[in-house]
Amino acid sequence: MNLVRRVGLALLAPALALIVALVISAIVILAIGESPLIALRELFNFGETSASQIQAVAVIVNRAIPLFLAGLAVSIGFRMGLFNIGVEGQYRLAAIMAAWVGSAVVLPAPLHLLLIIIVAMAVGALWAGIAGVLKVTRGVSEVISTIMLNFIAIGLASYLLTGPFRGTPEGSLTIATEDLPESGRIPGLNGVLGSLGIEQPRTELSGFLIPAIVIGIIMAIVVKRTRFGFDLRASGLNPTAATASGVNARSMVVKAMLISGGLAGLIGLPDLMGDTYHYGTEFTSGLGFLGIAVALLGRNNPLGIAFGALLFGFLDRAALSLQFAGIPSQVVTIIQGTIVLAVVIANEVARRIAIRQAERTGANLPTARPPAGEQQAAVPS
Amino acid sequence: MTESPPAVELRGITKRFPGVVANSDINLLVRRGEVHAIVGENGAGKSTLMKTLYGMHRPDEGTISVNGAEVHFKSPADAIAAGIGMVHQHFMLADNFTVVENIVLGSEPRAGITLDFAGARRKLAEISASYGLDLEPDELVEHLGVGDRQRVEIAKVLYRGATTLILDEPTAVLVPQEVDELFGNLAELKSEGLTVIFISHKLDEVRRVADSITVIRRGTTVGTADPKTVTARQLAQMMVGSELPTPQTRDSTVTEDLVLGVEDLTVLLPTGRPVVDSVSFQVRRGEVVGIAGVEGNGQAELVEAIMGLHELSAGRLRFGSEDMTDWSTRRRREQGVGFIPEDRHRQGMLLDAPLWENRILGHQTRPPAAKGIFIDRTASRKDCARIMTAYDVRAPGCDTPAVALSGGNQQKLIVGREMSGNPKLLIAAHPTRGVDVGAQAAIWELLKDARSAGLAIILVSADLDELIGLSDTLYVMLRGRLVAQLDPAEVTPEQLGIHMTGAAA
Repeated sequence: MNLVRRVGLALLAPALALIVALVISAIVILAIGESPLIALRELFNFGETSASQIQAVAVIVNRAIPLFLAGLAVSIGFRMGLFNIGVEGQYRLAAIMAAWVGSAVVLPAPLHLLLIIIVAMAVGALWAGIAGVLKVTRGVSEVISTIMLNFIAIGLASYLLTGPFRGTPEGSLTIATEDLPESGRIPGLNGVLGSLGIEQPRTELSGFLIPAIVIGIIMAIVVKRTRFGFDLRASGLNPTAATASGVNARSMVVKAMLISGGLAGLIGLPDLMGDTYHYGTEFTSGLGFLGIAVALLGRNNPLGIAFGALLFGFLDRAALSLQFAGIPSQVVTIIQGTIVLAVVIANEVARRIAIRQAERTGANLPTARPPAGEQQAAVPS
Repeated sequence: MTESPPAVELRGITKRFPGVVANSDINLLVRRGEVHAIVGENGAGKSTLMKTLYGMHRPDEGTISVNGAEVHFKSPADAIAAGIGMVHQHFMLADNFTVVENIVLGSEPRAGITLDFAGARRKLAEISASYGLDLEPDELVEHLGVGDRQRVEIAKVLYRGATTLILDEPTAVLVPQEVDELFGNLAELKSEGLTVIFISHKLDEVRRVADSITVIRRGTTVGTADPKTVTARQLAQMMVGSELPTPQTRDSTVTEDLVLGVEDLTVLLPTGRPVVDSVSFQVRRGEVVGIAGVEGNGQAELVEAIMGLHELSAGRLRFGSEDMTDWSTRRRREQGVGFIPEDRHRQGMLLDAPLWENRILGHQTRPPAAKGIFIDRTASRKDCARIMTAYDVRAPGCDTPAVALSGGNQQKLIVGREMSGNPKLLIAAHPTRGVDVGAQAAIWELLKDARSAGLAIILVSADLDELIGLSDTLYVMLRGRLVAQLDPAEVTPEQLGIHMTGAAA
């Protein structure tokens, strides 16, 4: 009956939060002596020609794909109350390992792609699994251990890159692993766009778009429709009740961390397999931390995470054009930060309102007994 | 002698929560300078009443007067301003602060922009000396024992100028020597003209320390007593209500088929102290085995051990002809062990999840909930609807979040759920706690029907009428051991109460 209202409330909250965040950002832009209106115009300035517009969309989508995967990885932990802050380290380590393995072997294309993906997922899962095992055996908070593992992973990746995995010659300016052979690369989607009669953007639309969508759908099904997903959500909603219902809390923690880390392992692959073909010093960093923000924005729901990732991609794209307009590109970071804060606060407020409403309707239910019930003696014999 | 106005007077206090009346028509008169004990069973409504008096929530009906003037507390701050202070059962102290820092915490004395610790220390020394609290202001709280911590809490309340102190079950955490010290402190407070409200269910202590006693049963005051003349037995009768009808005899459905055999079960606390101490008993098909005991004597741990939620230190569990000692909780459930937990919000429900998901909690690996690795949402919803009809769960529908239901309706859903899927054994811990009278009667009927149908039931309860009325076999648990086996057809609540407090030995 109030389904419409509930859905409305669920969408209203983020929408209001978005407006609040934009107003706060506008104040900040005013404070640094620039015009918020120009900033707003630049945000939506996709160019005059249809070529530049399609190019802008491709840039947004390409940026959103790894963010989406990062958000998914974080959300699996969040679903059961686990904070995997270590997605950053997991994907960086996974990316360099996958880059090295992928460049060291020669296989037919489908097998080669599969191998790279499996290596990346396995490395990410193992790295996250360390935190899971530490939590269930030694009671170490996963927040602490994943942060620590981030430092170790990033240090380890640097060492591997400059040492054993270095593919560029000594003395060369670029430090990177060897490029993946042709069979280890995922082709872009520009050809597909072309055959659909859509104008092709200048940069390749990442071929990882399709696997990302498939993974999103699979995760949605796993969380919402499977017994495992039920155990996962129950553990997040009420750990003691989940345990009493027969969920093994320890194995659940390890499994959730493994899945979260496995997904994290994928984050670097769109770049690695579709764009740079190697892991180097300039490899995209920070996606793991942005993933936390994207998961919060999307309320751990795959569809929401997709929206969050696209929103972040949209804002990131504007960084360059803002600079052309004389507005520091850091404004984008400020907007992203305020959006996350505003959305988190709005969601929590909406949740409380929803609970209060539910309690009120519950309290107004006919709890009074029918006469027949009253006649039952209040004696337990 | 002219009576000065009473320190505290409550008239007709009623407090309702959704689905439950926690207090109804409470009348309480506390004279100035006395130690006034409030006694009652667990769940009788003592804590609710004290929260009302301390301004933590507002009564739906009735008036509160302090020193003869009617007051309306909106928050504990108002109560403190009126001179009422509360010492909670669970201490609220910061371990890494000193005594004096803890005492000023929340009402820090200022000298300009800095804290006036010298002044605070002086005032604390005064309080400590005049009431014999013997506190060392600069000691870190983490170095203090339980008795000292309690005195810090008392000093904290006195520091804020309280003239009436509420002590919520203050002896629950103390060893006998500390209890003696506490009672010495209370005598000092009294001699300085302060008023103490003392909440307890330990009748001997109450008779030792109190000047007058008010008894609460099932949410209402049932009378007062003079500690000098009343016996512990008379007090127990007032607490449990001896005028309640005695249980009728009925046909036994007990069979010879063993369902659960508990053999020398022992559970140790991390400290190495046994909380369940070589407990052995058997439950047969169609039998209700009742476990009576004052709360905290190991019943909760016993139940969790049988459910596989607590590691055993020794002993075995037999389920039918099989040994289930090493089974996981999930396997126990799949083999037909149902569980109504004592705290439904903690162990029994996903409050934010819809009812149909709560229906399958604990059953997620079995039909109708499971279909391969997937959850069968259609069948789960359908079975949720069946339970709602069969067990009279009042809610708009299966997609309603569980939090929207009253306690009684939540409990009926749990009872219905745990009786689904042909259980062989049901562990019911306080199955009617916090539910209204109608739901209580309904749950009793359901348990009786299930017993007739051959279910074996372990019933743990603080409601003595419930235990006597439903049980076929009744054990008393005291300090982790089964100390008595009683015949529910013969025993009275008073006798049971005497066994529970260990007074029978």
